Amino acid sequence: MKYSIYALLALFLINIGCRKKDDPVTQTPVTTIPQINIIFKNTVDNKPLGLNNTKYQNANGDTFTVSSYQYYISNISLFKDDGSEYKESDSYHLINESSATSKQLTIKNIPTGDYVKIRFLIGVDSLRNVSGAQTGALDPINGMFWTWNTGYIMARMEGSSPQAGIYPNNLGFHIGGFEGPNNVLRWVTLQLPSKAIVTNSNNTSIYINSNLAEWFKTPLTINFSNISSITSSSYGAKMIADNYADMFSIDHVE
Amino acid sequence: MKRLFSISVFALMVLLTFFYACKPDPQLDFTTKTAPISFPIPQGWPKPFYNFENNTLTSSGFELGRKLFYDQRLSRDNTISCGSCHQQFAGFAQADHAVSHGVDDKLGVRNSPALFNMNWHTSFFWDGGVNHIESQPINPIKNPVEMDESIDNIIVKLNADATYRSMFKSAFGDETINSQRIFKALAQFMGMLVSSNSKYDKYKRSEAGITMTTQELNGYDIYKSKCSNCHTEPLFTDYSFKSNGLPLTVIKDSGRAHITLNPADLYKFKIPSLRNLKYTGPYMHDGRFNTLDEVLNHYATGISASSNPDAQLAGGIQLTTQQRADLIAFLNTLNDEEFIKDERFKEVK
Repeated sequence: MKYSIYALLALFLINIGCRKKDDPVTQTPVTTIPQINIIFKNTVDNKPLGLNNTKYQNANGDTFTVSSYQYYISNISLFKDDGSEYKESDSYHLINESSATSKQLTIKNIPTGDYVKIRFLIGVDSLRNVSGAQTGALDPINGMFWTWNTGYIMARMEGSSPQAGIYPNNLGFHIGGFEGPNNVLRWVTLQLPSKAIVTNSNNTSIYINSNLAEWFKTPLTINFSNISSITSSSYGAKMIADNYADMFSIDHVE
Repeated sequence: MKRLFSISVFALMVLLTFFYACKPDPQLDFTTKTAPISFPIPQGWPKPFYNFENNTLTSSGFELGRKLFYDQRLSRDNTISCGSCHQQFAGFAQADHAVSHGVDDKLGVRNSPALFNMNWHTSFFWDGGVNHIESQPINPIKNPVEMDESIDNIIVKLNADATYRSMFKSAFGDETINSQRIFKALAQFMGMLVSSNSKYDKYKRSEAGITMTTQELNGYDIYKSKCSNCHTEPLFTDYSFKSNGLPLTVIKDSGRAHITLNPADLYKFKIPSLRNLKYTGPYMHDGRFNTLDEVLNHYATGISASSNPDAQLAGGIQLTTQQRADLIAFLNTLNDEEFIKDERFKEVK
C-alpha cells in the first residue's frame, strides 16, 4: 500500500509538470539584426516617375502621363561573393508608386557577409497562382488579380496619351499570365556595382531603378495609336513582359 | 482504520491529479467545433482534386461558410446571396432560370451551374477560367451582373456584425476578417456538398434492398455505350471541355476559348455531371433546354457544324423510343434526394 501511495505521489508530481507553462520571459530585444534594405525608385528613362501631371515620351515619340504604376516582386534571392544564396521566405511584395512604404523592402535576419548579386521574379510565381486564397501582398483586395481567369496581374500601368485610341485617351496595360506560351513571368538577375556588406551593426541598402519607359521600348517599340490597352493574358501581354524584362538596374549600394 | 486512511489518501491523490494535471488551456477551445474533420470520400470514388489542403476543415469553418453562402450582404445592394442562384432544392443550380439573375435584375449569359462534388472539379465555371475552389467566390462577387460587390465592402459589412466576428474567431482563432478567411470558409461549405446517395450509388455499393429495374439496367447499358466517354463514372463527367454542337445564338459565347484564346477551344464548355438532373434544369451552358427530351432531341438531330462539335458527336446520338425511355429511367437513378434535403446544407435562419 505504501508503495502505491509513493507511486501515486510520483504520478501526481509528474502530472503537475504538464500544467500550463508560465509565459516565457520576455527576451531582451536584440539591438541589431542583420538586414538588407531594398529600395525601388520608379523612373521614366532618367526622370523620376511623377503621377498624373508629368508628361513623358515613349520610344515611339508618343506623349503620355502615368496615373498608377504597380508591380509584383517575388522570390528574392541574395548571393554572397562565395556563391551562397539566401532566399527570402514567403517573398511576395507589391510595389506601388503611390505608396512610399511599398517601395522600401527590408529583408531581416539575413546571414552576415558580402553580397554581390540579387535575383527576383517580376510577378507572382505560377504556384501561388493556382493555390487558392492568399493574403498579404497577394490578397486580391489589392486589385492585382483577375477573377474570371484566375491569376495575378504581375505588373500594371495606367495613364493617358493623346495617341491612344480609347476614349478618353486611356492607357491601360495589365500584364499577367503565368503559363503557356504567353507566360509573362520574368527573372531578373543584377550584379551589384559594389558589395552590400551585411554585419550585425551595418544597415545596407540596395537602390534599384525601375524604368517604366522600357515597357514600350525594346525589343518591340509600342505605338500607342496601335496598342493602348492590354487586360488579359495574351500575346500582347507577353510582348510587354519581354520589353520590361530589362527595366531594372542597380542605382547604387550604400 | 489504516486501510480507510490509505483509501482516502488514494482518493485525494486521484482527485488532485485530475484537478491540477493537464487542465485545458483556457485560450484553446477543445470542443468538437474546432476539431479537424476528415473529408469523407465516397466508396469507389477517385481521390478528390482538393482535399482542404492549407484549409483545415472544421465544423466552425463549415458553419461560417454556410452562413456566408446564404448571406445577401455579399452583394452590392444586399439582395443576392450565393444561395440565390444556387438553391439546394435545385441541386444548388437555379430553378427555372436559363441564365443567372443578379443585382438590379441584371441577367448573365450562362446558366448557374449545379454545385455538388466540387472537390473533384479541376476548374470552375463553364469555361474553366478559375483554377481553385478558394478562388471561385470572388468571380460572382465582383461580376457586375451577378453580385457586383467589392471585397473591402463585404469585410466592412461583416465586421459590423458581432455574430460574424465570433464565428471567424471560432473558425480561424481570432476575429480578423479578411478575404482569405472568407474564401476558405466558403470552400469548406462548398467542398462538403457531396452528392453520393442516389439509387445508383447505393446499387453500386450493394446496399440492402436496392435493386435496379430491367429498364434502368438497359438504360445503364445505353449510357455506357453512348454517354460515358464524356460523362464518366462515378462523377458522371471527366471535367474536360467539349462542344456538343449547340447552334450558336446571337451571344456567340466563345466558351473555353475566352480563357485559352485558342481557336480550337471555341464554343467548348465544361462537361456537366449527369447527377441530379431531376433538380438542375434548365440544361446546357445557357439553359436553353427545359427537359431531358429536348436535350436528347438535340443530340439526335440538332448538332450544328457551326459550333465546333466534338468528333464523337458526328451523326448525333440516335436512340429508339424505347432506348430513350430506358436511358431516362437510368438517369433518374442518379438523382440524390437525400442530398437536396440534407439538413446540414440548409440556410440557418
